[in-house]
Amino acid sequence: MDYFIELFFGGLTRGSIYALIALGYTMVYGIIGLINFAHGEIYMIGAFTAFIVATVLSIYGFPALAIIIIAGLAAAVWSSSYGYTVEKVAYRPLRKAPRLAPLISAIGMSIFLQNYVLLAQTSDFLPFPALIPEFAFMEPVAHIVGSSDLVILVTTAVVMIGLTFLIKFTKIGKAMRATAQDKTMAVLVGINVDRVISATFIIGSALAAIGGLLIASHIGQINFYIGFIAGIKAFTAAVLGGIGSIPGAVLGSLVLGLTESFATGYVSSDYEDVFAFSLLVLILIFKPSGLLGKAETKKV
Amino acid sequence: MFPVKELKRSALISLWFAFLTFPIMVIKVNPIERTVDWRWDNMYFVAIGSFVISILSKVYLIRKERRSGRKKISRALTEPFMQRILREPRFLYPLSLAILVFAIAFPYFFSTYQTNIMTTALMYVVLGLGLNIVVGVAGLLDLGYVAFYAVGAYSYALLNMHFNMGFWTVLPIGGLFAAFLGVLLGFPVLRLRGDYLAIVTLGFGEIIRLILENWNDFSQGPSGIANISRPSFFGMEMSFDGGITYIYYLVVALVVFTIFVVNRLQNSRLGRAWLALREDEIACQAMGIDKTKTKLIAFSLGAFWAGLVGVIFAAKTTFVNPASFTFLESAIILSIVVLGGMGSIVGVIFGALILILMPEYLRALSEYRMLAFGGILVVMMVFKPDGIISNVRRSYRFKKHISHQTSDQS
Amino acid sequence: MSKAILKVTGLTKNFGGIKAVDNVDLDIQQGEIVALIGPNGAGKTTFFNCLTGIYSPSSGDIMLCNPKNGNEITVNGMKPNKITEKGMARTFQNIRLFPTMSVLENVMIGRHCRTKSLIFGAIFRNPATRREEEEIIETSYGILKKVGLHKEVNEEARNLSYGAQRRLEIARALATEPFLLLLDEPAAGMNPKETEALVSLIRKICSEGHSILLIEHDMKLVMSLSDRIFVMDYGKKIAQGTPEEVRSNPAVIKAYLGEDVDA
Repeated sequence: MDYFIELFFGGLTRGSIYALIALGYTMVYGIIGLINFAHGEIYMIGAFTAFIVATVLSIYGFPALAIIIIAGLAAAVWSSSYGYTVEKVAYRPLRKAPRLAPLISAIGMSIFLQNYVLLAQTSDFLPFPALIPEFAFMEPVAHIVGSSDLVILVTTAVVMIGLTFLIKFTKIGKAMRATAQDKTMAVLVGINVDRVISATFIIGSALAAIGGLLIASHIGQINFYIGFIAGIKAFTAAVLGGIGSIPGAVLGSLVLGLTESFATGYVSSDYEDVFAFSLLVLILIFKPSGLLGKAETKKV
Repeated sequence: MFPVKELKRSALISLWFAFLTFPIMVIKVNPIERTVDWRWDNMYFVAIGSFVISILSKVYLIRKERRSGRKKISRALTEPFMQRILREPRFLYPLSLAILVFAIAFPYFFSTYQTNIMTTALMYVVLGLGLNIVVGVAGLLDLGYVAFYAVGAYSYALLNMHFNMGFWTVLPIGGLFAAFLGVLLGFPVLRLRGDYLAIVTLGFGEIIRLILENWNDFSQGPSGIANISRPSFFGMEMSFDGGITYIYYLVVALVVFTIFVVNRLQNSRLGRAWLALREDEIACQAMGIDKTKTKLIAFSLGAFWAGLVGVIFAAKTTFVNPASFTFLESAIILSIVVLGGMGSIVGVIFGALILILMPEYLRALSEYRMLAFGGILVVMMVFKPDGIISNVRRSYRFKKHISHQTSDQS
Repeated sequence: MSKAILKVTGLTKNFGGIKAVDNVDLDIQQGEIVALIGPNGAGKTTFFNCLTGIYSPSSGDIMLCNPKNGNEITVNGMKPNKITEKGMARTFQNIRLFPTMSVLENVMIGRHCRTKSLIFGAIFRNPATRREEEEIIETSYGILKKVGLHKEVNEEARNLSYGAQRRLEIARALATEPFLLLLDEPAAGMNPKETEALVSLIRKICSEGHSILLIEHDMKLVMSLSDRIFVMDYGKKIAQGTPEEVRSNPAVIKAYLGEDVDA
């Protein structure tokens, strides 16, 4: 039973991280209909920035709490800046281009950013400092649920609530929803669509950066390639839940995380990804618009 | 002459990039020895570099605007030079012949190394043309094309290892097997709309690769299968150099065959249906076109070609392992199609030659070549989103009909 | 009276809780021109979409009877392409041509379901395939001539005028050899002269053995063309009959003049 619970929490943790990344995919897709392949790289850059800042600060002897806060902020700020810049450089000029052009541009951007980090930093795995302390009150259950699992779950939950609030009640959130529904109409009622799109990239990137920081600290190492597979998984999760839908992205991520965790625990870790993708293929075959996606009504 | 406002803007951009790249470019930490290396010169480099690039791109945009303002009317009348050549049979045929002669003479004038690279590039031409049927013509976004390539390669590797089957026997088998798998996968997933199809095919590609990597009893896992036989020439074994030249000619023949077939397909009842399907699915169905069947044919035909090239790949390298069939490979083939110009045969050929030969000759840049590759993809898309050569298929039938019509009426 | 070529009984289509089409009956005899009218949002286009298989109806039956051989078939739930194959073709209210394909090619697509060649035919271009291609071009050109677009064969469809695009849609539908042709607002956006030409075109098509069901808002056109008229409002059929009968039907007048509908 302990093993089951351990796997369950492991799956939730994993799913939470996917959710933080998947939200960026789903928001961008909802608004401009683009699979932002470079999003995984934004997450990787977030993790790298956190790693660099945290290591520098710890070398200069900052206290642990300050390191967590500054590294987290730095990761969010820089990831957002990268997200914003990538959109402006690689996607904005292609707004009216044929449908596949932005996708190729995104793939190019992904390859570019990976190699940029590889060249500017290193191709080796780097040890990530354990930023999250072991809480004393977690002691009795530590063999099942670690402190970092707890922190990840709580952080993700808080972020989700914050995001829901932002999208439901703030002005920019309303503008985002309007733009997602009908870009032309949004322009007509005076919404600055360019700014909304930028905001979407910024928010999505910040979420990915938080995810990057948390997972890197959880696993304890990073390299330039972590963004690719995490990105694909998160995108899978977003599609699983119904792309464009924010609750869908969260649900899809949790389902994916749990599936992977149980498959790894009870079957074999070799086939973890095979399970993930098979689940995706199966769900899409039987429910082509994802778990929470709206079925498209064809307008004729 | 360059406005001060723009200079200011470029200065701001360069400041922004200096800030943006600061943690990654400037700071390098060594977590073991706990030392920090501040590489400030990188920052100056980024600042100056982005300043220059931003000015250059601005100049380009200003000039482009001026040009398009002036040429608005004449542009519709004078079509691009390339397209005019491609349209005129009296240019097209001698040109194709010249290219063919050059291709045949190639191994005599260039080294084995060059021939080998050219063979690779031509294999990608075929892969590009195959994927072009799926993406460019039928408009189905397939991000897992490499899976079919892998199926072809492993078909030969395994059949050769276990049953000692020869290249020529496996060549059609590998192609058909890939096509069969295409039907198997396509049947359930082709109902999905564009982007879902993209991710499912991507997932499928990864599944195939992961199975090859982990199912050791079947595929020998990550270490791959070595010592695959080279193709024989009427039962004769060949020297190493001879073998390379032989495979080169084989691939040239395959390229010619593929161009022939793809061209005919595009100008057929089926090709029209694909094109129409890309433009409007609902109207297509209302015209009595079976959406699923038509898509399935495109999908499995594309897979067939990937399978063929896969067999040749295994025969050429005499070694296959799962690392050759990553998503990056699918991305490269897709880039060939989009970069060249979707749906255009000549465009795809150009795209393949540029994308495959460029990194080979950029080897001088060694570790920077993938960075350059990614960057060039972005720049190409931003400045030429329609690809190098947009589709010219239609012109061919235009003429035919006009002549038909005049003879009809006179 | 001979057997109806189209017989719809109790057709209903729900979207969520809304009944876009509510228990509608309709029949068409061979050689008739029948109009389906009603205010905007009455469910006419949804009705068309159910007939042609783009939506699958929530309940009700759609029976087609091919006048050539008398075969009766139920088509509800069939795919759109199958229904077209059975002999019912349509045009679209918001034009759905293949914009970058030429006028001729648009019509050639219509020939798809009446021709056969596939991969091998395409690659080897055997005599049968070549004959078939010739036939496709010949027939398509003939149809374009009939609708008066033969001068524009090589234009791209998107470059045609609005009225010409509507005629091209008709030509494309005719290429599928339908015995019943469904026209969704064929005169929308046409000037009076074009409308006049359209009326005589529809008459000509009808005289060549295609029965016609059309949705239209132009009452002059409807009244002058139709043998019978069906009127829909709020998803329900509220009246049917000859133009004279419909013109004087109080329910129809109410629906159009927007008087108290509950009365």
